[in-house]
Amino acid sequence: MAKEKKGVRLEHVSKIYKDPKTRKDFYAVHDVSLDIEPGSFVTLLGPSGCGKTTILRMIAGFESPDEGEIYLGDEAINAITPNKRDTAMVFQSYALLPHYNVYDNIAYGLKLRKLDKETIRRKVTDILALVGLEGSEARMTNQLSGGQQQRVALARALVLEPGVLLFDEPLSNLDAKLRVSMRTEIRRIQQEAGITAIYVTHDQSEAMAISDQIIIMEKGVKAQVGTPQEIYYQPVNEFVADFIGEANFLKGHVAGKTGDKYLINIDNNIVEIPDNGYSFTGDDCTVVLRPEGAVLADAGQLPCEVILSCFMGSYQNYHVLVGDTVIKISVFNPKNKKIYEVGDKAFVVFDENSIHIL
Amino acid sequence: MTKSQSASLDRKKFMADPVMVTTIVVLIAFLTLFILYPLAILLVDSVITGDGISLSVFSRVLGMKSFQTAITNTLKVGFLVGIASSFIGLLFAYVEVYVKLRTRFMGGIFKVVSMLPVVSPPFVLSLSLIMLFGKSGIITRYLLGIYDNSVYGFWGIAIVQTLTFFPVCYMMFRGLLKNIDPSLEEAARDMGASRWKVFMTVTLPLILPGIGNAFLVTFIESIADFANPMIIGGSYDTLATTIYLQITGAYDKNGAAAMAVVLLFITLVMFVVQKYYLERKSTATLSGKASRERMLITDKSVTRPLTILCSALAIFVILMYVCIPFGALFRTWGYDFHLTTRWFEQVFVRYKGLKAFKDSFVLSLIAAPITALLSMIISYLVVKKKFKAKGFIEAVSMLAMAVPGTVLGVGYIRGFAGGIFRTGILQGLYGTGAILVIVFIVRSLPTGTRSGISALRQIDKSIEESAYDMGAGSLKVFTSVTLPLIKDSFLSGLVTAFVRSITAISAIILLVTPQFLLITVQINEFAEKGSYGIACAFATILIVITYGSVLLMNFIIRHFGTSRKIVNN
Repeated sequence: MAKEKKGVRLEHVSKIYKDPKTRKDFYAVHDVSLDIEPGSFVTLLGPSGCGKTTILRMIAGFESPDEGEIYLGDEAINAITPNKRDTAMVFQSYALLPHYNVYDNIAYGLKLRKLDKETIRRKVTDILALVGLEGSEARMTNQLSGGQQQRVALARALVLEPGVLLFDEPLSNLDAKLRVSMRTEIRRIQQEAGITAIYVTHDQSEAMAISDQIIIMEKGVKAQVGTPQEIYYQPVNEFVADFIGEANFLKGHVAGKTGDKYLINIDNNIVEIPDNGYSFTGDDCTVVLRPEGAVLADAGQLPCEVILSCFMGSYQNYHVLVGDTVIKISVFNPKNKKIYEVGDKAFVVFDENSIHIL
Repeated sequence: MTKSQSASLDRKKFMADPVMVTTIVVLIAFLTLFILYPLAILLVDSVITGDGISLSVFSRVLGMKSFQTAITNTLKVGFLVGIASSFIGLLFAYVEVYVKLRTRFMGGIFKVVSMLPVVSPPFVLSLSLIMLFGKSGIITRYLLGIYDNSVYGFWGIAIVQTLTFFPVCYMMFRGLLKNIDPSLEEAARDMGASRWKVFMTVTLPLILPGIGNAFLVTFIESIADFANPMIIGGSYDTLATTIYLQITGAYDKNGAAAMAVVLLFITLVMFVVQKYYLERKSTATLSGKASRERMLITDKSVTRPLTILCSALAIFVILMYVCIPFGALFRTWGYDFHLTTRWFEQVFVRYKGLKAFKDSFVLSLIAAPITALLSMIISYLVVKKKFKAKGFIEAVSMLAMAVPGTVLGVGYIRGFAGGIFRTGILQGLYGTGAILVIVFIVRSLPTGTRSGISALRQIDKSIEESAYDMGAGSLKVFTSVTLPLIKDSFLSGLVTAFVRSITAISAIILLVTPQFLLITVQINEFAEKGSYGIACAFATILIVITYGSVLLMNFIIRHFGTSRKIVNN
C-alpha cells in the first residue's frame, strides 16, 4: 500500500534538555545511531524517561536533535518541519480531531494533499475496511470506544501512505484485554500495508509480540538492539536482562575451561556453562537465569533453601536462597510435581542452554 | 554540551512558516506601538524638559498639595475597597459552595451577581447611589427625611466601587473554594473541630494567597477606576481624576505625564506582586481536584443568617440597577414622580442620541472581532508554540491589564498627537475613529487573552500536533483545529470585548474628538451637569445593549457552541 517503504537512519543523534528542577542540561538522548530497515517493525522499548519518545518525536520533527542527523530513506530531514515530512504518527491519546466525524478525521490529511473528492472517498472507504470500521464514516469520534478510536487514529495515519509510521505508546490507554488484541491487529495491518513502523512502548510483552527488532533504551543511551529472542536469551547487560522478563543474577567467576564449556564457580559450587566467547578464565561474571529456566529437585547443581513457596495456578512460584542471593524460580504445571515448602533444602537444576553469562 | 544545533534547526523550521512569522512580526509591532510606546513616551516626557534630562517635572508634580492628596485618597479608597470587596466576595462564594440553598430564588441571585461585572457600565452605581441617598435621594429624603445627606466623597466612592468590584472577587473565590478537596475539611471535622474552627484552620489558610490575590486585583481596579470618582467623588479627587483634570483643566501635559507615570508605577508594582507571586501561590496550593461532592451545610442557624445577608446585599445591588430606568422615566427625580418619556425624547431629538449610539456601536463592533481574534492568536502562540519573542508577547499583553485607562489615554495623547516621537509619522491617526478602535482593542485584549489561554490549556497538545503531522501548516492548524475547539471562548471574548468597548470611558474620554459622540462620554457629561434624567436615559439604553449582547452570546453558545461537548469528552 505504501508508495515506497522507507528506512530510517539515525547518526549519532543526541538531544539535550534542561532539568526543570536543577536547571542543568542533560542528555535525554545520547549518541544514538540506528539503522531501521524498510518495511520492518521496530520497537523502542525502555522505562519512562529513557528517551524513546524523544527519539520518535525527533523522527516526526516535533523536536530537533542537538547532535547528529536523521535520514528518512536517503534524505536528511533535520531541517524539515513535521508537516512536510513523510511520516505519520499515531498518538498515545489518539489525538482525533474532536469536532470532526470519522470520515473527516481520516480525510483531513488527504484534503491537505489536494486529492480530488472521489479519490479521497475511495481511500477512506478502503482504509476503514482495512482497520475493520466499515460504515462508521459519519460517527463522531466521542461516540467511539477506545479501541475504535485507536483504529481511526491508525487509519488516519495509514491513509497518507507515509514512508514510515510512528506509534507513541498507542495502546497504553486501553484495557488489558483490548491491548492484546489490538497489538495483533496493528501487526497484521502493518504487514498487510507493508509499511515501515517505529513503535514506542514501555510494555515488554507488547514489544516482544509485535516487533521484528527491539531497541532497548536506558537513560538516553541505546542498550541493545536485536530480535525479541536475542534480547531475551542473550541480554548484553543486567539492565536489559532485568527489564525484559524476570531474571536472576548469580555472581560467580570463571574457574576454568573443559572443552567448549566454562566451569563457573557460584558460591563454591562448580557449574558447567557453554562458551559464549566473552569470558576468560579468572574473570568475574554474572550468570543470568530465567525463573522458568530452572526447577527444584532433591539432587542437582546448586544447593539452596526454599524461603517462599506460592501456588499461582499455572505455576508454583519459589524464592530460594543460594548463598545469600535470592533466586526466583517458576515451576510450571505444578500439579504433577513435588512441591517444596518453606524451609526445605533442595537443589536448583537448570538446563545449561537456558542460562547466559554476562 | 550545547543546544546550538537544535536551536538553529528550530529556527529554520520556524522560518519555513511564513504566515506565522508574519503574524508574530505584526503582533510585536502592534504591541510595541500601542502598548509599550505610549507608556515609554510618558516616562520620556516626564524626565526630558527643555534643558536635558531632569526630574524637575516629577518634583514639581510631587510637590503639588493636590497631587499628594490625590495619592493618599486613591490609596485609602483602594485599600478599603480591596478589603470590603474581598470580604463580600468571599461571603458570597462561601455561601454558594458550602451552604445548601433550597430556593431557586437564591440560585437566580447568584447568577445575576456573577453576570453584573460583565454587563455593568460605569457610572451606573454612582448615579443610582446619588438618586437613592443623595440630597434628593428617595431613601434619604423620602423614607428617612434627611434633607442634606451628601453621598459625594470618600464613602460614596468606596461604597460604589465595592459594589462594582465584589462580584469579581466572588467569581475568583468560587473557583478556589470549589477546588478544595472536601475530605480535608471532613478530616478536621472528624478529629473534633467545630465548623468555625474548620473554617479558620483549614479553609481560610488554604485560600489565604487567593484572598491576597483578590485584594490586589480589586485594589488595582479601584485605583484605575475613573468613572465613579468622576461622578461621585465631588471634591475628593483620586489619581485618575486628577490626571484627567490636569490635562483638560490645567492643560499641563507634562505634569499629567509625570502623574500618569506615578499612577502606572503604583499599579505595576501591585500587578507584578499579584500576577507573579500571589496568583501562582493561590493556585499552587489548590491544584487538587475535589475527590467527591461536598456535604453542604444544612444547619439552619448557619444557613439562615448567611442566606439573608447575601440576599439583602444582592437585592440592594439589583435595586440600584433597577433605579436607572426609573430615573429616566420620572419628570424630576426627587420632586416630581410623574412618568414621562421626555428624557428619552430629548436624548434622541436634542442631544443626537442616535449618532451617539451609532458611533459607540459601530466603533465597538469593529473593535470586538479584532480583539477576539487577536487574543485567540496570542493565546495560541503563547500556549502552543515555541519561539523567542513568546515571553515578550505574553508579558506585554498581560501588562496592558495593569495599565489604568487614564494612563493609556495620556500616553496616546503624548505619543500620537504629534506623530510618533513628534516626527509627524502616523500623525493622521490621532483624532480619528481608528485610534479609538485601537484603544478599545488594547483595553480588552488582556481579558480575552487570559480566557483564551485557559481555554487552550484544556486542549491536549497532541491534537494540534496530529494535524501538523498530517501536513497542515500553522495557519491551517489554527483555523481548522484550534479555533473550532475554542469557539465558545472566542464568542465570549467577542461579546466581552464589545461590552467593554461600548462601556469604556477612562482612556477614551481623553482621546475622543467632537466628531465622535460616545454614549459613555455623554453620560459623564450630563451626570456632571446634574441632568440625571438624560444621563439615566442614556445609561438605560446602554444597559439594554450590553445585557442584550450577553443574552445573544449565551444563546449562540448554547445552540452553536461545540467546545462543551468536546471538553467533557
